[in-house]
Amino acid sequence: MTGVRVLVGTRKGAFVLTSDGTRKVWDVNGPHFAGWEIYHAKGSPADPNRLYVSQSTSWFGQQIQRSDDGGQSWQAVGHEFSYEGIPGTHQWYDGTPHPWEFARVWHLEPSLHDPDTVYAGVEDAALFRSADGGQHWQELSGLRNHQSGSSWQPGAGGMCLHTILLDPTREGRMFAAISAAGAFRSDDSGENWRPVNNGLHSEGIPDPEAEVGHCVHRIAMHPSRPDVLFMQKHWDVMRSDDAGASWHEISGDLPTDFGFPISVHAHEPDTVYVVPITSDALHFPPDGRLRVFRSRAGGNEWEPLTDGLPQENCYVNVLRDAMDVDTLDDCGVYFGTTGGQVYASADSGDSWSAIVRDLPAVLSVEVQTLS
Amino acid sequence: MIRVELPAHLRTLAGVNGEVTLELGPDAPGVVTLGDALDALEARYPVLRGTIRDHHTGRRRAFVRFFACKEDLSHEQADFPLPEPVIAGSEPLLVVGAMAGG
Repeated sequence: MTGVRVLVGTRKGAFVLTSDGTRKVWDVNGPHFAGWEIYHAKGSPADPNRLYVSQSTSWFGQQIQRSDDGGQSWQAVGHEFSYEGIPGTHQWYDGTPHPWEFARVWHLEPSLHDPDTVYAGVEDAALFRSADGGQHWQELSGLRNHQSGSSWQPGAGGMCLHTILLDPTREGRMFAAISAAGAFRSDDSGENWRPVNNGLHSEGIPDPEAEVGHCVHRIAMHPSRPDVLFMQKHWDVMRSDDAGASWHEISGDLPTDFGFPISVHAHEPDTVYVVPITSDALHFPPDGRLRVFRSRAGGNEWEPLTDGLPQENCYVNVLRDAMDVDTLDDCGVYFGTTGGQVYASADSGDSWSAIVRDLPAVLSVEVQTLS
Repeated sequence: MIRVELPAHLRTLAGVNGEVTLELGPDAPGVVTLGDALDALEARYPVLRGTIRDHHTGRRRAFVRFFACKEDLSHEQADFPLPEPVIAGSEPLLVVGAMAGG
């Protein structure tokens, strides 16, 4: 019997939503870690019962929780994130130097092959790795120590490393994205990095086509075609066909090309989902209508998906880590809102219904397809 | 014996209900410092390391305060001697999350 487990991180705890393969009836379990901000929770592809959770507050700092039984019980593991060497400075919002300071873990990316290996993307932007199930964390400092590092500056939400993609076909290749520095690629398991932002154009920085300084919101990849990347930038939806070496715009006929998440269909590498948001000043859907847009052509041509979604008086946002897909035959698509709804589609986005409507603001949604 | 009162989130994290009691031997007769109490607290509950004092600098986190005997000890150094009633166990050392909200 197949099933689906949806891990939801919110401003006030984590929730685990489960259903069988029909995805019609859902069990809502939580809150776990009530009152704490859960920026991200994700399961290991190598062992679905191994879950990692980033738990934090501004008051008491960072914790990492681990489950070995699919979320039935939890263990606090290592939560010391020390930058390698003397961290130095990056740019502050006003362009002045600002010391690198750890704030929180935004994203946890378990290894594709080893349940005990997991990567953490943190604010201030850096990449950490644990090889012992989260007990100890070591910085992969080649990223932060890239020659451009001292010029990176934060986006409105902080200078966060929010996206980590692992190439399933090339050993050692991985991607990371940082707001507001841009996208980076490593071909040696995270030791050395290079910016991969050629083709991005961003207003609000001195050189709109600079090597770094772009506010990349999210990158997505289909595992069968890892050289093709899709990006939701602050403004602009972009595509690369050469593993980030160059990008071209695919915003096409979207009503607005501002937004946060971007996801790829589990079985159709050219089917892509975004949630257009009015603008950087207005973080809610255009006209108060919550619409997911789907392209079946790898971009440029987009169709609104509205069946089951509120089409009036809707002023929520959908954050960058808050959309994912399952891998059942008819691909399920899921996203959470800052209004506390988690919407699910069991038919590739054609129709939607809310699994749950009144959670705290949703920060992240990750989906596990269970066999 | 030192009594320490933790904020709700840290009680949950440490898996304790109510106050924490710590047995401390004074470095000097009658002297137990703020740092002694926090060291002992973290030794008994390692999960609290980094939640009250920064992992790296050892400094109090910005949104955490220390009170005892109606006094604010937040800005005292680690070698600050705790008040006699705290050392005697008649008053708790309060670890407080800074007030927030409206």
